[in-house]
Amino acid sequence: MNITREEINHLAELSNFDLESQEKEALSGDLENIIKYISELDSLDTEGVEPTYQVFEMENIWREDEIKAQDADRAALLKTAPELHNKPGVEDYQLKVPKVL
Amino acid sequence: MKIADKTTSAVSMVKEALEKAKQYEDYHIFVSLNEENALKKAKEIDEKIARGENPGLLAGVPYALKDNFLSEEGNTTASSKILEPFHAPITATAVEKLEKEGAIMLGRVNLDSFAHGSSTENSYFGPTKNSKDKTRVAGGSSGGSAVSVALDIVQFATGTDTGGSIRQPASFNGVYGFKPTYGTISRYGVVAMASSLDCVGFFASDPEDIDLLMTICSGQDPKDQTTLPDFYDQQIGDPRRAIRVMRAGSPGAELGEGAPSDDSWGSTQQDPNTPATSQFAAQKIGIVKDFDKGLSPEIKQAYEQEIETLKEQGYEIVELDMPTLKYALPVYYIIQPAEVASNLSRHDGIRYGFRAENIESLEDIYGKSRSEGFMPENKRRIMIGNFVLSSGFYDAYFLKAAKARTLIIKEYDEAFEKCDFILTPVSPNPAFKLGEKVSDPLSMYMEDVLSVPLNLAGLPGLAFPVGKTADGLDLGLQLVGPRRSDKRLLTFAKELKEQK
Repeated sequence: MNITREEINHLAELSNFDLESQEKEALSGDLENIIKYISELDSLDTEGVEPTYQVFEMENIWREDEIKAQDADRAALLKTAPELHNKPGVEDYQLKVPKVL
Repeated sequence: MKIADKTTSAVSMVKEALEKAKQYEDYHIFVSLNEENALKKAKEIDEKIARGENPGLLAGVPYALKDNFLSEEGNTTASSKILEPFHAPITATAVEKLEKEGAIMLGRVNLDSFAHGSSTENSYFGPTKNSKDKTRVAGGSSGGSAVSVALDIVQFATGTDTGGSIRQPASFNGVYGFKPTYGTISRYGVVAMASSLDCVGFFASDPEDIDLLMTICSGQDPKDQTTLPDFYDQQIGDPRRAIRVMRAGSPGAELGEGAPSDDSWGSTQQDPNTPATSQFAAQKIGIVKDFDKGLSPEIKQAYEQEIETLKEQGYEIVELDMPTLKYALPVYYIIQPAEVASNLSRHDGIRYGFRAENIESLEDIYGKSRSEGFMPENKRRIMIGNFVLSSGFYDAYFLKAAKARTLIIKEYDEAFEKCDFILTPVSPNPAFKLGEKVSDPLSMYMEDVLSVPLNLAGLPGLAFPVGKTADGLDLGLQLVGPRRSDKRLLTFAKELKEQK
């Protein structure tokens, strides 16, 4: 199948990528080849077969609904946030992002 | 495993390993060395030994940590730009267990970025070189792990295996590489790639060492809901005796709701750890019809030679017809990217890791950070994943692959009714040249054709060395067992090694 420019744009959007047009070009070719290859699966008859999503074979395990101390607390987790405009990316226990609205 | 004691100090072991790591710098094995911490820990081990305290089963043993395991020692980069600045606030359960037994992390080793690849060339930091030929690839994704053991810098290394990332580099470098049954070792604190396939495992030069590491690291972990109830620990020592312990102890009883009973596992009637004969861990070895097609002459010859040797040693060779396995690679390259796309969406440039500069909007943070932070192969997989999951294509690709996966599992279940283990090559070729396949993703994927089928079924697989090509490149084969046959598989590998 052919991957159109429109489809590449759509996939880039779904993937949250900001791609240069040269990169889009290269990706279209690669993706086309890969999709052509995985389409070989068409020739396998899977009529009436149940899908498998995991090979763990366990059901849900219940536990008491109680708060347990984790390895890292809130402060330690927030420490990993990158800077924003050369300033700390965290303020008052909150992550900072550019204006949304 | 050589551990520290009164005659060999942990400090001397760590110093020697650090020297070797520096001596082999041009192989580009390490992403970062843990020099200061490692020496400090070694000193503590030596003090314990001097005081007569128990220093642990891995006292002073330096090891290499694949750089997709989180720990508070150094940054966990996953060999990517997007995680390059990431200092983890937690430690992986597997790392915790190793360190508790006195093992010392010498450094973090290279991988294909986010474990996407079969050569370590997709690393943001550049490729690791093959241990026997610096113009060739180390294999991947755990290339740094394999080469660190092959060059005897460390006694063991950790790895992760989603579609062959432990076994293929092991076979490219002449060491043992083990991928356990899905769910045997906790993945808490390991960078996720494809969650229904990812497994933690090990590299070492001896199956006995891997057995010890499995004993230490396996087990159910409350922090990872996909770990199986303990089954490896109870088999320390003689596996036959251990099975009796396991049955008498009925481990399922304490596991609470949802735990499978022993009978619910696989379709084989036999307990996966019951040896096939009274003497050895295996009697019947399966070989897959048509699996020798497309092999390089040297791999083919090594494979046929191994089959002959097994026959001479009295093992029965059973030919298996497994026609669905040829679909395993396309199935894998649908399911794996789908899960990759989902798992890697967390790398948003907001909570941790790399954030692009010149950010004006929220969309910029996502779009620019991800575009600059991921390698081309990461992007291909994420986009393929989003393609097979997107509306209009979901049924034809993802759902179809999930159904095919059921058929592959069934085919393995039936195969293990006829044999104890399956013997196959790990990859169609020995280590290829650097740059040979990296610009052609599909030809790189083809390298995984023999290693991915067992991941789809969650089975354990062991790569073991079988010799060398005329040019001195390493050749490896793999043994595949039923679910939870891990201990018996390693016991069998030990028997084979002793018979050589």
